Amino acid sequence: MEQKSAWVEFKNECLADKLFDVLVFLLIVLAVGVTFYPFMYVVSISLSSGAAVNKGLVMLFPVDFNLSTYKMVMNYKDLWVSYGNTFYYTFVGTFLNIVFTCLAAYPLSRKRFFLRKKMNFLLAFTMYFSGGLIPTYVVVTGLGLYNSRLAMILPVLVSAYNVMICRSAFESISEELFESAYLEGANDLHVLYKIAIPLIKPTLAVLTLYYAVARYNDFFSALLYIGKQNLQPLQLFLRRILLMASSEIMQSSGSATAASAAAQSTIQIRYVCIVLSMVPILCLTPFIQKYLVKGTMLGAVKG
Amino acid sequence: MNTKKSKSLVSYIKRDKYLLLMFAPVLIYFLVFSYLPMTGLVMAFKQYKPGGGMAGIFSGEFVGLKWFIQFFNSPYAFRLVRNTFLLSFYSLIFGFPIPILFAVCITQIRSKTLQRGAQVITYLPYFISTVVVCGMITNFLSPSSGIVNQLIVKAGGSAINFMGEARWFRGIYVISGSWQTFGFNSIIFVAAIMGIGPELYEAMKVDGATKVQTIRYLVLPSIKPTIVLLLIMSLGNLLNVGFEKVYLLYNSGLYETADVISTYVYRQGIDNQNYSYATAVGLFNSLIGFAIVFLANRLSKKMTDTSIW
Repeated sequence: MEQKSAWVEFKNECLADKLFDVLVFLLIVLAVGVTFYPFMYVVSISLSSGAAVNKGLVMLFPVDFNLSTYKMVMNYKDLWVSYGNTFYYTFVGTFLNIVFTCLAAYPLSRKRFFLRKKMNFLLAFTMYFSGGLIPTYVVVTGLGLYNSRLAMILPVLVSAYNVMICRSAFESISEELFESAYLEGANDLHVLYKIAIPLIKPTLAVLTLYYAVARYNDFFSALLYIGKQNLQPLQLFLRRILLMASSEIMQSSGSATAASAAAQSTIQIRYVCIVLSMVPILCLTPFIQKYLVKGTMLGAVKG
Repeated sequence: MNTKKSKSLVSYIKRDKYLLLMFAPVLIYFLVFSYLPMTGLVMAFKQYKPGGGMAGIFSGEFVGLKWFIQFFNSPYAFRLVRNTFLLSFYSLIFGFPIPILFAVCITQIRSKTLQRGAQVITYLPYFISTVVVCGMITNFLSPSSGIVNQLIVKAGGSAINFMGEARWFRGIYVISGSWQTFGFNSIIFVAAIMGIGPELYEAMKVDGATKVQTIRYLVLPSIKPTIVLLLIMSLGNLLNVGFEKVYLLYNSGLYETADVISTYVYRQGIDNQNYSYATAVGLFNSLIGFAIVFLANRLSKKMTDTSIW
């Protein structure tokens, strides 16, 4: 229905507009193709046979579809250890991010809060100036956080920028709602939990998305503070496999499968790891579609 | 007078006790993880001994501007500032117009399904981790097994060692950066274009304007404030090159074009344990960065009446 009317509209246009429409369409196809093709290629390589990959036959679709590389990689224990760590850091980290962002934003949104201006400045200043890498490193390690799970969570507990977004959301709630709650004897803790938070759920959804992606992708904190292999998140594991050596997976698969392991090219192991690491992000797609446009606008209003 | 003031402070605390209770942990967080490191910047003027912990920050011997002088006299200072500046400058020149073009195109599409599909797909790379993006870049460009060189060889050329020659680095960095962010960065322009009233489009139509004319005389002027504001804000980031991507892509053979201030600070500080020297270089970077943000904000106030603070 929609397409038909679009087609009728197109037919009734003058030549210049028709040409323009075609050009726009081609540009969109180009943009989508350029974005999508690398992922498609990675997936296709990961699903093809080693022989086809080595001959350079795979360009768009998988050739000799098989899952042997997946089986090999998924038998590798380190992958699951790092996956588990990342899920821990992501869930615990994001939950605490949201809790403390609300706890920071709510008082800053209350006009009567006597420290409001000072604390606003205290937070905003950190967005433009920081102690930098080395002093932060000295402080975090000085607190004994090196090689501790908390090192992935505490130093990135609250983002001042996200507090500002959350604060404007709280500020947009009608003042009368607060007044009537106070009249009924509710204190600020009740008001925050029972009234304010439920009213800014869409904003919190976007902030959760931002925080969760940041926690999931966090490579920097891990590089600095996590040396122990059994605490390392997925991103450090990926760096080892993608950018350094992938031979360790081949070796770990043991002598029994050595022959088949040799047939797998390094690149397939790498691309399988990429695919496996992207699955959780792909699960976010519907969520991104639903909330993202709104979320970016929140940032814009603040700016 | 004094007692009155303290009395009123006590009454404030009493009145806002729950707000204070909420804010206290956050305040502690910012004091410990943001402001304590800021005081740690005194390391830049001292002789910090590795292993001295936090106390060592303040106990070290005062050496004045020694580390700054050492940095500016080193052959690296110019190269680092140049590389940092050029990487972000090229990213801005190349990366800034693409989201605008894409936003204009996507809002011209009539089919909502197509529009939404194209948007979600182009947003995706933004959410992929830097490690994965760098892994894809390095493996795609690998001289032996990478698809790019496979195609070059098939077309009759000879394989190029992209990640082994300094002259390719800037191009790779800029193009991949734009690939990763153009979809996401277009959101704000799409929203601005969507905000144009339909009656204005109707008026253009009644006047017999073609689509190109509509874009030239209605769409672009309408989103000009957004463009100017975002341009100024990106100017403020001219000396902020993300550490992760350079760190994951470069190697010692590429320092001529790839080594930036943040990676140099990392190597000097974390790898070589020259804590004080690295802090001084980092402080130099932050101060220049802060000055640029300040100037960009002044410019923004003048041109768009919008200020970031």
